Amino acid sequence: MGGPKQQQQQQQQQVGYAEQLVAVNRYNPDILPDLENHVNEQVSSQTYSLDANLCLLRLYQFEPERMSSQIVARILVKALMAMPAPDFSLCLFLIPERVQMEEQFKTLIVLSHYLETGRFRQFWDEAGKSRHIVEAVPGFEQAIQGYAIHVLSLTYQRVPRSVLAEAINIEGLALDKFLEHQVANSGWIIEKGHGKGQLIVIPKNEFNDPASKRNAADSVPLEQITRIFPILG
Amino acid sequence: MASHEQDDAIAGYDDHRQPPSQSQDLGYDPNFVPDSVKSFVVHLYRHIREKNVYEIHQMYETSFQTLSERLFKDTPWPSVDAVANYVDNDHVFCLLYREMWYRHLYARLTPTLNQRIDSWDNYCSLFQVVLHGVVNMQLPNQWLWDMVDEFVYQFQSFCQYRAKMKNKTEAEIAILRQYDQAWNVYGVLNFLQALVEKSMIIQILEREKEGLERFTDTDGYDYSGGSNVLKVLGYFSMVGLLRVHCLLGDYHTGLKCLLPIDISQQGVYTSVIGSHITTIYHYGFANLMLRRYVEAIREFNKILLYIYKTKQYHQKSTQYEQILKKNEQMYALLAICLSLCPQSRLVDETVNSQLREKYGEKMIRMQRYDDEAFAMYDELFSYACPKFITPSAPSFEEPLINYNQDAYRLQLKLFLYEVKQQQLLSGVRTFLKVYSTISLAKLASYMEVDEANLRTILMTYKHKTHAVDSDGKIVSNADVNFYVDDDMIHVVESKPPKQYGDYFLRQIVKLEGVINEIDGIKLE
Repeated sequence: MGGPKQQQQQQQQQVGYAEQLVAVNRYNPDILPDLENHVNEQVSSQTYSLDANLCLLRLYQFEPERMSSQIVARILVKALMAMPAPDFSLCLFLIPERVQMEEQFKTLIVLSHYLETGRFRQFWDEAGKSRHIVEAVPGFEQAIQGYAIHVLSLTYQRVPRSVLAEAINIEGLALDKFLEHQVANSGWIIEKGHGKGQLIVIPKNEFNDPASKRNAADSVPLEQITRIFPILG
Repeated sequence: MASHEQDDAIAGYDDHRQPPSQSQDLGYDPNFVPDSVKSFVVHLYRHIREKNVYEIHQMYETSFQTLSERLFKDTPWPSVDAVANYVDNDHVFCLLYREMWYRHLYARLTPTLNQRIDSWDNYCSLFQVVLHGVVNMQLPNQWLWDMVDEFVYQFQSFCQYRAKMKNKTEAEIAILRQYDQAWNVYGVLNFLQALVEKSMIIQILEREKEGLERFTDTDGYDYSGGSNVLKVLGYFSMVGLLRVHCLLGDYHTGLKCLLPIDISQQGVYTSVIGSHITTIYHYGFANLMLRRYVEAIREFNKILLYIYKTKQYHQKSTQYEQILKKNEQMYALLAICLSLCPQSRLVDETVNSQLREKYGEKMIRMQRYDDEAFAMYDELFSYACPKFITPSAPSFEEPLINYNQDAYRLQLKLFLYEVKQQQLLSGVRTFLKVYSTISLAKLASYMEVDEANLRTILMTYKHKTHAVDSDGKIVSNADVNFYVDDDMIHVVESKPPKQYGDYFLRQIVKLEGVINEIDGIKLE
């Protein structure tokens, strides 16, 4: 079965091609159609290239009459999926205000606002109402769940099951299965809470356990040491 | 920095200068060449041919300014045709002379549309000559920086000019249509990019790291008989690209263009004060927009301290006013960064006291997150931001509208949106500073929100204080640290680790100095 592997290679080649294109022709309007195709490729192959997408938005900014709303929407959905990186804002900075007034973009901006302010319940409600926008991009749900888990693991050492369920929008048996997977692969531990349901123990990291970083900080940067090189010599 | 850059920034985007005025042709004879100008071009031409960088620099920095002040206060310099005779009609020298001619015109008068277009043509010819590698001159870094800086300035100025369509005459519109390649954004970016690529500057800086090449320690000059022009223009073009991308709102790409220059160290960019300030101003601004506040604070702090310590040496410079202006703008940006990310321990005492003097009161009000606070953020941002541009050509259809404020308004709006998303965070900070542990329920009641809401606020705090750096790594910008365990918040006091290393190294150097001094004493 050489199929999937071959496909993967091909994908990588395509991504490489678009990136090369951008590197060599960064300010060349002729690559616009190629970059548009590349956005669609990113959607279907679940890959991502911020540089290529910013390059395309820049070309739209230079020649607004060539802009395609559908492509811009796809770029924005992809940028949401890149959270916690600020890619969504990076894209908005390049999209003229009157374009941002279009209904589909307004929705995406609201979605981004909910994610930026940790309001996952509202986010999933709103996303549910706008399936036509987000479902056009495979992997959307998983990507946002990944972001939710990222924020939770910055914040919590032990998080109530209900809070997790709300953040990733998974409940009941599906959540059990998800947890099972996390326990096996990411070091999560499930504790019985005192009467209020389960508590999930998230592995410690330098952000939910800032003390763990402190010991590492006692080092002297090279630039300071260079000052005494002449003396040592 | 061109001495006239941003002279109308405070008042938003309106150009207060007179509409193309007649003053420049009243009593001005472009063919009259005073003796002092004759001697100026003859000598400058000779020094350039003899590669006498020191003398070129003197004439460029001092004589040109003195003559401008004395003879050409509000008229242009004599036309290039009138002086060409005295310099053997040297093609390259004439291009350089014209470049200065237009720069002087932009600084003191209002360029007409035709002059703007002619200046563009001159840059095209000049850069093409450089790109084809036929120059063998050695020019001062200051001059080369000014070329790149002025090129970007004139582009920005042209975009602002073109965006004000309302009062354009039919003749102007006809010219704009006809010369649509002049100051075209692709052309501008491609020239800068071509200078970077043709100069091989990125490879030079790479090789330098391995000790295979010298660039920084000669300040970019070539002492083995070659020319520094292409190399150094390529180098400064990276800063030019950063600036153009910031003007377009493309902060990510802007920072990428600057990547080959290591701004944690001295470099050729620090050899010219204007370049140093422009680099750090745009670098800091881009990081602010990317929410990398700590990075912005660190660099603003460094340069503000540097300006504080060295500004007396620039008092006589034509750029002194510009230095002060950018200095003030960067204090405003620092005030914004510190209001969003209160990490004053990153700021030097001197800078801090200047900051409190200038913005102390405003910063206290910015913490309140009421309407007045938003007005402050708005005010400081508008005062200190770059002059954003709309790069696309206007629609020539009636009705003609002004769109010169569009780009600025969009960036301002998105920035204030970010501020709004962070508005509840300063409340969290206030409480977390006084507790070591506090239950969610209790904090929720203090903050007058419900528990579910508080959880979202805490997550917002964590998300907004943890930026993604240029390598995609998560970096904490948090001033107050905490974690939540079930329904209890634990605050982690973040005592900055004491840096003994620096202290000991200082003492070692000091001791060595004392010992040397003692060694030097001859006892009778």
